[in-house]
Amino acid sequence: MKQKSVAIVGAAETTNMGKIPNQSVIGLHADAALNAMRDAGLTAKDIDGVATAGESPVELAHYLGITPTWADGTSVGGCSFMLHVRHAAAAINAGLCKTVLITHAESGKSRVGARKFGRDPASQMGQFEVPFGVTSPPTMFTIPVLRYMKETGTTLEDLATVAVIQREWAAKNPRASYRDPITVDDVLNSSMIAWPFTKLMCCLVTDGGGALILTSAERAKDFPQKPVYIIGTGECVETPTVSQMEDFTTSKAFRVSGKKAFDEAGIKHADVDHLMIYDAFAHLPLYGLEDLGFCKRGEAAAFIRERNTAIGGKLPLNTNGGGLSYMHSGMYGMYALQESVRQMRGLAPAQVPGAKISVAHGVGGMFAASGTIIFSNEAP
Amino acid sequence: MADYPRPLPVPTPETQAFWDGCLAGELRLQKCDACAHTYFPPRDFCPACSGRKVTTFKASGKASLYSYVINHRPRPDFGTAPHSIAVVTLAEGPRMMTNIIDCPQTPEALQLDMALEVAFEKASETIALPKFRPVKG
Repeated sequence: MKQKSVAIVGAAETTNMGKIPNQSVIGLHADAALNAMRDAGLTAKDIDGVATAGESPVELAHYLGITPTWADGTSVGGCSFMLHVRHAAAAINAGLCKTVLITHAESGKSRVGARKFGRDPASQMGQFEVPFGVTSPPTMFTIPVLRYMKETGTTLEDLATVAVIQREWAAKNPRASYRDPITVDDVLNSSMIAWPFTKLMCCLVTDGGGALILTSAERAKDFPQKPVYIIGTGECVETPTVSQMEDFTTSKAFRVSGKKAFDEAGIKHADVDHLMIYDAFAHLPLYGLEDLGFCKRGEAAAFIRERNTAIGGKLPLNTNGGGLSYMHSGMYGMYALQESVRQMRGLAPAQVPGAKISVAHGVGGMFAASGTIIFSNEAP
Repeated sequence: MADYPRPLPVPTPETQAFWDGCLAGELRLQKCDACAHTYFPPRDFCPACSGRKVTTFKASGKASLYSYVINHRPRPDFGTAPHSIAVVTLAEGPRMMTNIIDCPQTPEALQLDMALEVAFEKASETIALPKFRPVKG
């Protein structure tokens, strides 16, 4: 499969972000979709492929008035949208459809029209994790980190520094939920959620959504926005239960997905101008930097501490402020993709000057799944 | 016991022997007859080699502390006191989620790699949960 022949021609987030009590989940999907269609100069009748997670692609298609010849309901958590982009590129290349709409929305904070939480007590998680108090992301995603810290020498101050530097990026983003500067001490002294994680090491809970429109690179030149080309993609899934992750100091799903994407793009790490790593919690960027190959094992904390990922650094990371400071409605992968597209269009609030290649790396579940998309703003 | 407030597992045919073992006071694992791989959670085939012939056996109950968090905001049905949520490495190799009991729920008391042993907590007429406590001495 030749992935280099598909581009993003429409990209938008919901009109509002943060707390949106006057729109339901499906209403937010539609708001994001309509904004992306306007961005691309299209209407629903121009769309012949749909993909979404959380909601059914059937519900999405019918609500918007789309009759698709291709639908993807892959739902593996917050990186589902990276997988949708990968699957959509393959579908377009295979001739299954021409123009694909991918949407995400959640009423994470307001819970308007949102699905209920809960695990089937006969599922793997319901039998072997929930009975011990593993009931929400702060008690799942966080469990590997003490092992990672012991093996790598990473400290609590290092974890806090991730949040501090991302807040610096958020300060430049008018849509970010949290923009006031914070210090390492502020992070360490914020309320304890699940040792060793304090509140400011955990992502936000907000309402919002986003949508992307993809078509062939050949057609992309005729659209109003500068095309953003998909030059590499990867995906992998590992385990439904964090306790069964192969190694608590590295994610197999991250490594497999990242390598696929880099191999497909045929680029080196030094070629990457901009990076997004889904940061549901402060340790995720550390795992991501190492598992994607930007840092050697155990060196990510120093890489961040030395401000390589900060404003003016050589590898700008999570430039929208990330899930820690920008927004996190539940499945953040869509917002990482949106920021990569903005950077490639040259329109980001904290624009990286001259950026030509951007990597968006997502996690799904609690290290359960992963998807990686590499973008370029230069025609392949 | 009847009003144990927490969510309990519902065994499936593939996991019934494990939960029956917990109720009988033994931690049961499975081992592949073909490749000798020992694994958890239970299933009636080997996830390493896809072999269908496996044997259930009583494990030693010995383990070490692999990683954990101390949840300071438990869901109301898990009480109000901060409590450990831990993953242990069993002496036989597999890992499992559990709670560390019979010791202070503090970072000082909970040291990675400390030696642990299984202790079953009866939660209903049909379910006992495998928890772990520090090995004394």
